[in-house]
Amino acid sequence: MNFRTAQIRLVSSHPEVYEPCDDSFALVDALLADRTNLVQHQPTLCMEVGCGSGYVITSLALILGKESVGAHFIATDINPHAVRVTQETLEAHGVHAELISTDIALGLEQRLAGSVDVMVVNPPYVPTPEDEVGCEGIVSAWAGGENGRVVIDRILPIADNLLSEKGWLYMVTLAANNPIQICRTMREKGYASRIVLQRSTEEESLHIIKFWRDSDI
Amino acid sequence: MRLLTHNMLASNIKGVTNGFPLRIEVEKAIEKQVDFNPEFLKNMFTKIHWKALVDASRIMGFAELPEEADSSMLESDDFLRNFHHALLELHLEEGALVCPETGRRFPVNKGIPNMLLHEDEV
Ligand SMILES: C[S@@+](CC[C@H](N)C(=O)[O-])C[C@H]1O[C@@H](n2cnc3c(N)ncnc32)[C@H](O)[C@@H]1O
Repeated sequence: MNFRTAQIRLVSSHPEVYEPCDDSFALVDALLADRTNLVQHQPTLCMEVGCGSGYVITSLALILGKESVGAHFIATDINPHAVRVTQETLEAHGVHAELISTDIALGLEQRLAGSVDVMVVNPPYVPTPEDEVGCEGIVSAWAGGENGRVVIDRILPIADNLLSEKGWLYMVTLAANNPIQICRTMREKGYASRIVLQRSTEEESLHIIKFWRDSDI
Repeated sequence: MRLLTHNMLASNIKGVTNGFPLRIEVEKAIEKQVDFNPEFLKNMFTKIHWKALVDASRIMGFAELPEEADSSMLESDDFLRNFHHALLELHLEEGALVCPETGRRFPVNKGIPNMLLHEDEV
């Protein structure tokens, strides 16, 4: 097996788990485009929050080249079906990640603080009524509350806590999430940012933002 | 679940001040071979809570780790091999992680710990 990214036919599924969509493909395309930098970055710990089907974390593991470069992968999802599906997807591609059913990174924040070198997040970003956020089932895969920002705004400080000095964060956002304002919030925490990929589909305008700590900020 | 993950997890229940390390209850432990990578082990060493790893590996039936360790030991191939085995190759497949303060059990099924809290624990 020598795939560049996860193969759709090998991605496992479940009725209550988010299937790879335009947003998932955009994130993986952004990671692929940044492949050379990622490999040179030599991450020790990589993490995905909200792994869903496992399409993204599997692709990241394949992009960084199995275990050989010495990276370790961790993925979380609030939906226990998702982490199981992710496990099947990883196995089908012959790669490994440690999986945890949890809310963002609950349980990891104390011991993993300052250790994550690469974090990838395709959060629930769709503007929805507040009460749909975090409810059981497939709705919580996209429900982002007001401006689609409720979960994103909870993830950002946690990402800041978990990222190492050289840590990078790649995150999917929608124009409606106000990506410029997200970048400003992260700037206040000392991060530079760049929109590494922008893609408009029939339904949405996606921005993949990369964040990294910048001592000049 | 690898013991590396156990080493990174703590109980986060409201009011708990010392939720680490979680006590391991083993129903089923398995071993999976992982490529040996000394660089990775050296990078991880400083992040590992050593005593938690020693105790966890004993519970999983592996007693080859020294009680105490310092970075000079990373020169030893034997040490690295045992560290590698304990950290990456021992898996808790079925069982639980127990909060040291409250006794709350976080179940581990098919190798996946469930750290989700009930509403009254957040
Ligand atoms: C838009 S989907 C992305 C899934 C997958 N990463 C992909 O790109 O195809 C968002 C995922 O985040 C998960 N999620 C939602 N809220 C979460 C939370 N508070 N903590 C962890 N995961 C969460 C959902 O269950 C869902 O799997």
